[in-house]
Amino acid sequence: MPNPTYKAIATTTVGAGGTSNIEFTSIPASYTDLVIKLSARSARSATQDFIQININTSASNFSARGIEGNGSTVTSFTDTVFFGAMPGASATASTFGSLEAYIPNYGGSTYKSYLADSVTENNAATAYTELVGGLWSQTSAITSIKLLSATSNNFSQYTTATLYGIVKS
Amino acid sequence: MAKPTKLVVNCETGEQSVIELTDEEIAQLEADRQAAEAQRAEQEAAEATRAAKRLSAADKLRALGLDEAEVAALLG
Repeated sequence: MPNPTYKAIATTTVGAGGTSNIEFTSIPASYTDLVIKLSARSARSATQDFIQININTSASNFSARGIEGNGSTVTSFTDTVFFGAMPGASATASTFGSLEAYIPNYGGSTYKSYLADSVTENNAATAYTELVGGLWSQTSAITSIKLLSATSNNFSQYTTATLYGIVKS
Repeated sequence: MAKPTKLVVNCETGEQSVIELTDEEIAQLEADRQAAEAQRAEQEAAEATRAAKRLSAADKLRALGLDEAEVAALLG
């Protein structure tokens, strides 16, 4: 089997003052799968914040199942547009969380599934790990992806998001 | 005070734009923020209650004579 090849489609870094959401638009249909890598921090006044995904400007028709660990308890949950976690403004200064997501067959005509794993960073007892399986129950090809804070706070400066395409091989 | 923005990256052209949100989008953002914080507080309270109940249940099981391994087996 040939090795899949990552190609960076676009990358962006949030500037001074932060931004409420990051949108990748006009995603080309020339790949088989998509990967999102996000290094993020939120302006929320808490040790953590949570990330949501919208596809093709829609926040509807999503369903997700997840597992969350926070250093002391583990919980499973159901949600809709939940995508992952990131440190908030009260977490250890200058630290950023990491998220990686895989979206197979994004250009196909079946429903779109995704897997997202993420961690917050915090030099304290509580830090979050999230593993999420999600489904967007729509048959349209994915042409845009929006990432936003679940609590409508800003992504902090230096948050970086990269969208990769997996090259057909 | 500067208006909130969104960062839009056009994957075809590579163009990146920082766009100020409209007043309508800002109002929606604020409403969503309040709703999300309320929901999260509710979830955290429920998790704290569950954790306290778990500790209480463990104490009651010990009082019944179960050893630590048995308590752990029951409560996972």
